[in-house]
Amino acid sequence: MNMAMTNVAAGQYAIPRRVGSHRARAVTNGVMTGLCAAAVALALVPLFSVLWLVVSKGIHSLSLSFFTKLPAPVGELGGGVGNAIVGTLFMVGLASCIGLPLGVGAGIFLAERGDGKLGHVVRFTAEVLAGVPSIVVGVVAYGLIVLPMRHFSAMAGAVALAILMIPTLARATEEMIRLVPRSLREASLALGVPAWRTSLSVVLRTALGGLINAALLAIARAAGETAPLLFTALNNQYWNLHPLQPTASLTVQIYNYAISPYEDWHDKAWGAALCLLILIGGLSLIARLAAGRRSQA
Amino acid sequence: MNVALSTPVADTARPKLEVQKLDAWFGNVHAVKDISLGVDARSVLAIIGPSGCGKSTFVRCLNRMHELTPGARSEGRVLLDGEDVYAVDPVYLRRRVGMVFQRPNVFPTMSIRDNVVAGLRLNRVRADYEAIVERTLTQTALWDEVKDRLDASAIALSGGQQQRLCIARALAVEPEVLLMDEPASALDPIATAKIEELIDELKQQYTIVIVTHNMQQAIRISDKTAFFYMGVLIEHGTTQQLFTRPERRETEDYVTGKFG
Amino acid sequence: MASGADTPRHAHLGDRAFAAGITLLGGAVLLVVGIIVVACARLSAPAFAKLGFFRFLTGSDWNPVEDSFGALPFIYGTLVTSAIAIVVAMPVAIGLALFLTEMSPSRVRRFVSFFVEILAAIPSVVFGLWGLMVLVPILRDVVEPALQHRLGFLPLFQGAPMGIGFLPAGIVLAIMILPTIASVTIEVLRTMPAALREGALALGATRWEAIGAVVLPYARRGIMGAVILGLARALGETMAVTMLIGNQPEIHGSLFAAGYSLPSVIANEFAEASGAVHTGALAGLALVLFGVTLMLSASARLLVRLSARRLVAA
Ligand SMILES: Nc1ncnc2c1ncn2[C@@H]1O[C@H](COP(=O)(O)OP(=O)(O)O)[C@@H](O)[C@H]1O
Ligand SMILES: [Mg+2]
Repeated sequence: MNMAMTNVAAGQYAIPRRVGSHRARAVTNGVMTGLCAAAVALALVPLFSVLWLVVSKGIHSLSLSFFTKLPAPVGELGGGVGNAIVGTLFMVGLASCIGLPLGVGAGIFLAERGDGKLGHVVRFTAEVLAGVPSIVVGVVAYGLIVLPMRHFSAMAGAVALAILMIPTLARATEEMIRLVPRSLREASLALGVPAWRTSLSVVLRTALGGLINAALLAIARAAGETAPLLFTALNNQYWNLHPLQPTASLTVQIYNYAISPYEDWHDKAWGAALCLLILIGGLSLIARLAAGRRSQA
Repeated sequence: MNVALSTPVADTARPKLEVQKLDAWFGNVHAVKDISLGVDARSVLAIIGPSGCGKSTFVRCLNRMHELTPGARSEGRVLLDGEDVYAVDPVYLRRRVGMVFQRPNVFPTMSIRDNVVAGLRLNRVRADYEAIVERTLTQTALWDEVKDRLDASAIALSGGQQQRLCIARALAVEPEVLLMDEPASALDPIATAKIEELIDELKQQYTIVIVTHNMQQAIRISDKTAFFYMGVLIEHGTTQQLFTRPERRETEDYVTGKFG
Repeated sequence: MASGADTPRHAHLGDRAFAAGITLLGGAVLLVVGIIVVACARLSAPAFAKLGFFRFLTGSDWNPVEDSFGALPFIYGTLVTSAIAIVVAMPVAIGLALFLTEMSPSRVRRFVSFFVEILAAIPSVVFGLWGLMVLVPILRDVVEPALQHRLGFLPLFQGAPMGIGFLPAGIVLAIMILPTIASVTIEVLRTMPAALREGALALGATRWEAIGAVVLPYARRGIMGAVILGLARALGETMAVTMLIGNQPEIHGSLFAAGYSLPSVIANEFAEASGAVHTGALAGLALVLFGVTLMLSASARLLVRLSARRLVAA
């Protein structure tokens, strides 16, 4: 930095009058702009590296049987992650059944009656809850479900994922509902429509595109969670669609393959990672389309 | 037009809508001060006055929309056919007293057709929706313009068309009174002319209270005019008398453009 | 009025039921926090009863076979990796946020924001995989030997370069918290009235001088909040750290050494914990993690809000 920038105090204009030459100041400006641009590049390098490697290394593993077969034992060729894909979809589906109504409902509360004391407390709690580590939520689901049932289960995993969905979904829902112009609510009320039906059939209906967007993003995030599944859903070498049985998931499968010492399992880890990114990317893409349709509307 | 539509023929002596000593506040802001006036059945009352003088607040008291604003309250009586509107349920009241807002506020997720019948559908009223759509859109002179695209989104319409759609939507609920808060202020002159024609038609059936900042408009469409200033009703009389022989100094200054 | 419509009675019942329903759902958020506290506390009770809270926190020996549980190595590992993450991520994230809000045309802004969103959406376990297969070899064969060669006199860079350990875990954490810090910082910078910035520019300041004189001082608290949020995220991040830190419950001064973190030990041992005390000790670690991240996110949110409020008032 140059002399021009000394003496900068908070909130006080410290624009130099005649300190430092124009040239020096311009150079500083250029250098700092360059550094900030470099920060952008630096942030994007790992992203492109991750994406490139997942695609280039994962693409070889992808085949029909990779999507449809059970995992093969070490050394055996072939095998797939079909059960893990199904397990992830199954648990995320279960979690949505619990998490979506709770999260969206809390968001409706925040938007409709959130200006009171309880509203402020709930909003702040949701914000803070969003920062709770997912592993802690896994411990909670273990205590709530696995321990009493004495069994690892898809349900326990789903409960953990549902808890993780609630806070972000609540805040996003509130934001979407508050974007609906007040004039629409008034239009409906002036037609003699009761307030509750106005909220549901007009306001919520108008915010629907945004809600779908938020819900899909929450689902995509849940699909990428690993830590809270490790000791709730555990894992399973076989197909399972029973909510009270241990269940495989793509993420836990990636983890197991990645930390194994076997080359061919590493390849499968990349393949499974590609599957996961395709799943998450697809959900986010649909979410974007839903949001785009809304902004057009 | 339709026999079933006719409003109960009250004795002509009693106004359709009667306001007695109405006061309204937003928190500490006293927006409407001790206003009393009557509106005859099937007539048009125009409310004029400089902006911020309480016109919107006043009409929003008539269908109890005012109380929906946080911190807002009101005192006094509003009688609809002699019955105090503050004694009946507001939801029910608003079906009898329709409202059209300053900016067209069609429901963006609904088609033109669904917008018209929204009030009926949301209130679970069973009726011949097709007939109502055609009738109200014809009434609002919109039918010929949109009859081929009733299922298109309502936001594809122009501003003027949207506002007439909002009027059709209000009419579909079959109100007795129609409140209009500067319904043409966001529209171009041609659309405004259409709305004015429409109001002239509508007063055959409905009692209309219209807020306008445009004095020429008040002269063209209204039977009576009320002049508000700083929340107070300064003068109220037939439109012709109020604009040609105002009794009060403030009114004269306002209608001759000395302020406002 | 036509027949079949809702009666007013219906409307009131509906309003009341609706209000009660959504209030209940809003209250569920509070309930969830309650459940988290109660579940962790109940699970960890046996461990605290046996070991005592303070001894548990300060003990440095972790040996499930002998029922000896001390949290210190994990707290240490968590703090070291998070510190690395903050030191690396903070300047990059703030530089990126400044570039996007202050220096770049809107087309670039949308393009980069899109990729930052993608970065935030990549699952932890994929970063772990990438770290293990890509970052670790580079650190082991290139970066760590070079650091040792140049700065080997510092205790931070001593010991055999293994690739695995505090350093890769911290670096991957940095990548993962970067979107958090950047997006909250951008959010804060956006709330700043354009008039302030333009005021400085109109006085003849260069862009960078305007940032130094007006933008940063005004956004200071909000940016601090953003960094604390990033820190909270780093403390609780599990998978990538578990795959990279080496999983040794030991305390070493060198960044090349293997260690362990709070989330990692829970991830590794919880499913196969031997008995109530072991499970309890792990749940106790979760409780500590919960408490710390809760306080951090609460203070961060307050800072961001205060910052926004001050801007509005200004
Ligand atoms: N939501 C509100 N909160 C507080 N004061 C308001 C609100 N709406 C209007 N007012 C105040 O009430 C007075 C009357 O407003 P309004 O009825 O909208 O005037 P008009 O429609 O004649 O322009 C004004 O002084 C205005 O500032
Ligand atoms: Mg007005």
